[in-house]
Amino acid sequence: MTEAIASEIKLIVFQLNTKEYAIPVNQVRSIEKVEHITRVPHTDKFVKGVLNLRGVITPIIDLRSRFGLEESSYSDSTRVIIVGLNELEVGFIVDLANDVIDIPVNSIEPPPEVVGVKEAEYINGVAKVGKRLLILIDLEKILKIEERSSLQGIEG
Amino acid sequence: MPRGAGLMDMNQYLEVFIEESKEHLQACNEQLLELEKNPEDFTIVNEIFRSAHTLKGMSATMGYEDLAKLTHQMENVLDAIRNHKIKFNPEILDVVFLAVDDLEAMVQSIAEGGDGKRDVSDVVEKLLLIEKGENPSQTSAKSEVAATIADPVQKNIKSVYDEFELTVLQQSKEQGFETYEITVSLREDCLLKAARVFMVFEILEKVGEVIKSTPSVEQLEEEQFDREFTVTVISKEIKDDIQKKVMKVSEVDSVEVNLLTMEDLRQSENEPIEDKLPNNVHIPEKEIQENSESKKLEEKKAATSSSSSKQSSKTIRVNIDRLDILMNLFEELVIDRGRLEQISRDLNNQELHETVERMTRVSGDLQNIILNMRMVPVETVFNRFPRMVRQLARDLNKQINLEIIGAETELDRTVIDEIGDPLVHLIRNALDHGIETPEIRKANGKSEEGTVILKAYHSGNHVFIEIEDDGAGISREKVLAKAIKNGIVTEQSAASMSDKQVFELILASGFSTAEKISDVSGRGVGLDVVKSTIESLGGSITIDSTHGNGSIFSIQLPLTLSIISVMLTEIQKEKYAIPLSSIIETAIVKKSDILNAHNQRVIDFRGKVVPLLFLKEIFDVPVFEEEDEFYSVVIVRKGDKMAGLVVDSFIGQQEVVLKSLGNYLTNVFAISGATILGDGQVALIVDCNALIK
Repeated sequence: MTEAIASEIKLIVFQLNTKEYAIPVNQVRSIEKVEHITRVPHTDKFVKGVLNLRGVITPIIDLRSRFGLEESSYSDSTRVIIVGLNELEVGFIVDLANDVIDIPVNSIEPPPEVVGVKEAEYINGVAKVGKRLLILIDLEKILKIEERSSLQGIEG
Repeated sequence: MPRGAGLMDMNQYLEVFIEESKEHLQACNEQLLELEKNPEDFTIVNEIFRSAHTLKGMSATMGYEDLAKLTHQMENVLDAIRNHKIKFNPEILDVVFLAVDDLEAMVQSIAEGGDGKRDVSDVVEKLLLIEKGENPSQTSAKSEVAATIADPVQKNIKSVYDEFELTVLQQSKEQGFETYEITVSLREDCLLKAARVFMVFEILEKVGEVIKSTPSVEQLEEEQFDREFTVTVISKEIKDDIQKKVMKVSEVDSVEVNLLTMEDLRQSENEPIEDKLPNNVHIPEKEIQENSESKKLEEKKAATSSSSSKQSSKTIRVNIDRLDILMNLFEELVIDRGRLEQISRDLNNQELHETVERMTRVSGDLQNIILNMRMVPVETVFNRFPRMVRQLARDLNKQINLEIIGAETELDRTVIDEIGDPLVHLIRNALDHGIETPEIRKANGKSEEGTVILKAYHSGNHVFIEIEDDGAGISREKVLAKAIKNGIVTEQSAASMSDKQVFELILASGFSTAEKISDVSGRGVGLDVVKSTIESLGGSITIDSTHGNGSIFSIQLPLTLSIISVMLTEIQKEKYAIPLSSIIETAIVKKSDILNAHNQRVIDFRGKVVPLLFLKEIFDVPVFEEEDEFYSVVIVRKGDKMAGLVVDSFIGQQEVVLKSLGNYLTNVFAISGATILGDGQVALIVDCNALIK
């Protein structure tokens, strides 16, 4: 079984601005439709607020905004991917989340070195599946950097 | 995971054992401190002896040998003290305290799933030395007696007698009565144990007078015993007759009658009895009195000595986790209740209205009960402080008297769990930095003994805990010098700060004003942790101090953390909840009544100038509609300061479940949490304390 994990990895695929991104399935708790989000003042621009996820107050991050992409209004296909990392539970707003695939681990390549693109900071690697190019996001970096900056905010 | 019934039973006993052991150890601690103050009072020694004795019995039954061994030795020393065989002095007390420490460590280890083993030979040896150093010949005999008395596994349990019972026995002896200790054992298949007990008692009361029974009569009536019980009787009849009479009761397995001589009794209690009582009193009169008194004592004893059997009082122990689960479930219910209320308003159906109203009332009562169940007296936190203060005072060579007031004040247990460490810190601080050494105190014209007062009391929706000392107080100059040196404040701003503001600087991180760093409280980290812990509980801390006369650290805590009453308000399209505990009242203010003072909009509220805070601006609320001519203002306060929070409209008062924003969004300005409304949406809760500076 460990061998299977070592050789293959299950990914949730979602779209931002027509590009395809992926996140390991074990980091995903659930996928939700966008409900009423309550804005929280004095937070980073990409934090859209909080929503009630079955009784748990869950912060929501707009991933377009987080990656420095142009924001768009939400449509019927817009989804919130609830991800969990250690004690943190956060929702990501994405344009579309419609696929689960298994890919061989060795098909993942290190991210191309692009200087000056904000998005590149949060990428773990890229994987080519047929004609599709999946961008693997790095949850730890997306959430951790925030932690640090908010801590600095307290001290300052 | 399924578990065998046997194991479950043992676990159940274990829990009771741990709980009760802790209680007995706490009693030991308290009484030892009491004894230190009144070394001549032998009733205290008796109390400690009883606790130790019960503990020994329990631990032997549970198979914790080290625990039993140490308590046994401790008991011997106590016994020698109360029998005047050794003279009590502070050194002995120190060793006994050490022993209690070890016992606590062992019980703790058992509570954490350990085996309760510990090397106690050191302390045991010390105790032995104390015991032998004074009177080696008599103590060996004593310890044997103690052993037979205490070992509950042994068949022949002998009762322990207190002074009153002994007096009665002594005097009846003089009147020609014999004292018998009768141990009755019921048959294993006995179904009506209480009935048999009653019959045995009836017979015994015919032959003489029942002085005492172990377990107590109440426990026997409730069948809280295994098969055996011991009754002490005075009678003029002979031993064999009594035995035969009792054997007539059916389902009695065996009856053992022991004649007790005064020597037997004196060995367990060696008080000079005759001196204590006037000699010319008639026994019958006296007996009535004493019986009632001894009964009282017996009850008291039952409260401390029920080892395998539980209290006959109407309380049960409930695992705290279960209360937490109950609370969580109830929170869910409160959310759904809010939703139902909303639906019922929308549908406007009379029957639904009534049902929902009823449900609201019932769940309101339920909420009160659940919240009350979670209330714990602060005593559970306070009771460890006398020991700590005593030890610290010795370490610091200071004389300190700790006064505790209002230990019965109740707080939610989540708060109780968190408040212990901050209090320890503040008390250490008061002892180390507050109270001066006896020499300095004397030189300053104070009594050599410093006083620390720990006080808890209710006020409104809050509980206050104050730590007051009559020590040196806080030096404004020293604090400022240090704060400026550490870059916490600038020299310019320092000059304009009020004393209170200056004192609160010592709560800033990395602050330690002691000239001499001691290992007691000068460890760099310190009071800032206290402050942040208290704030995380939704409380606040203030400091008041007079240089030379002492300081008061005052902690304000919310009664409960999970369900609060709020005023729900609307600002444009957003909803904000303002805790009712901060609100003085609400008002509608005409735009033209708003005044300007130093670029600050203010209103005249009942003769006071109150600054206005426009939440719409503070929270950057997106504007959709123009504001009208009137402002809705919520007047809130923090301490003696007030502010008017301007909102668009009031929605109403509501009970809500307080939820945190999670680990990701920490420290959002002026937001203390969130709550889920009846329609499933999230409303933010305004932190008024952060808004008023």
